[in-house]
Amino acid sequence: MLHIVNKSPFERPALELCLRMAQPGSAVLLIEDGVYAATAGGAWAERVGSAAAGLQFYALVPDIEARGLQGRIIDGISLIDYAGFVDLVTTHRPVQSWL
Amino acid sequence: MEDTTQGTKVEPKKFMLVNSRAPHGTVYALEALEVVLIAATFDQDVSLVFLDDGVFSLVKGQKTSGLEMKNFSPMYRALDDYDVNKLYVERESMESRGLKASDLLVEVEVLDRKELSERMEQQDVLLSF
Repeated sequence: MLHIVNKSPFERPALELCLRMAQPGSAVLLIEDGVYAATAGGAWAERVGSAAAGLQFYALVPDIEARGLQGRIIDGISLIDYAGFVDLVTTHRPVQSWL
Repeated sequence: MEDTTQGTKVEPKKFMLVNSRAPHGTVYALEALEVVLIAATFDQDVSLVFLDDGVFSLVKGQKTSGLEMKNFSPMYRALDDYDVNKLYVERESMESRGLKASDLLVEVEVLDRKELSERMEQQDVLLSF
């Protein structure tokens, strides 16, 4: 299963819900404001870092760069482009976009 | 500013724009910039607050070409030319997001939550974005 989170964890509970529901081995893709969850030194970094032990985390590079976060994303997150986004969607069933 | 209908001088009002959202996921941050320039044009006493995810609007090195969207972050540096130089960042919001003042693209005054709420009390008009 692929979980997609596009909201900042500081603003909305989308990531919180996602992490509560995701089964081990699932993929979690952070896009748009969702990428803030993986900011090094941020309040969510530790939570995401430990969740990344059981889940495959991905984050979309154009959204990271737009927010000036290049080089600030924690380890354990795979950085992907739009083509990688398409690959994730075509290789995972089902896909849940958390709002 | 002269009020020609009354012939009396109107004192500028204290406007505080409170930015609490991240810059690219919604249009709020850009809208706040539009409003601050309008208020400054009318010689009002304008200040900007960056609170919660609003702090992310000031992060250095934003590069939006991959999104094919306008990068408006350099506009914060131009505010000084419009005599808008009261930029306040809430310390707690900044620190919980792993940011330091040196990560920001413009000079700001970092205030703790209590100091900031006191400044809010002193305003005539508060606008939220």
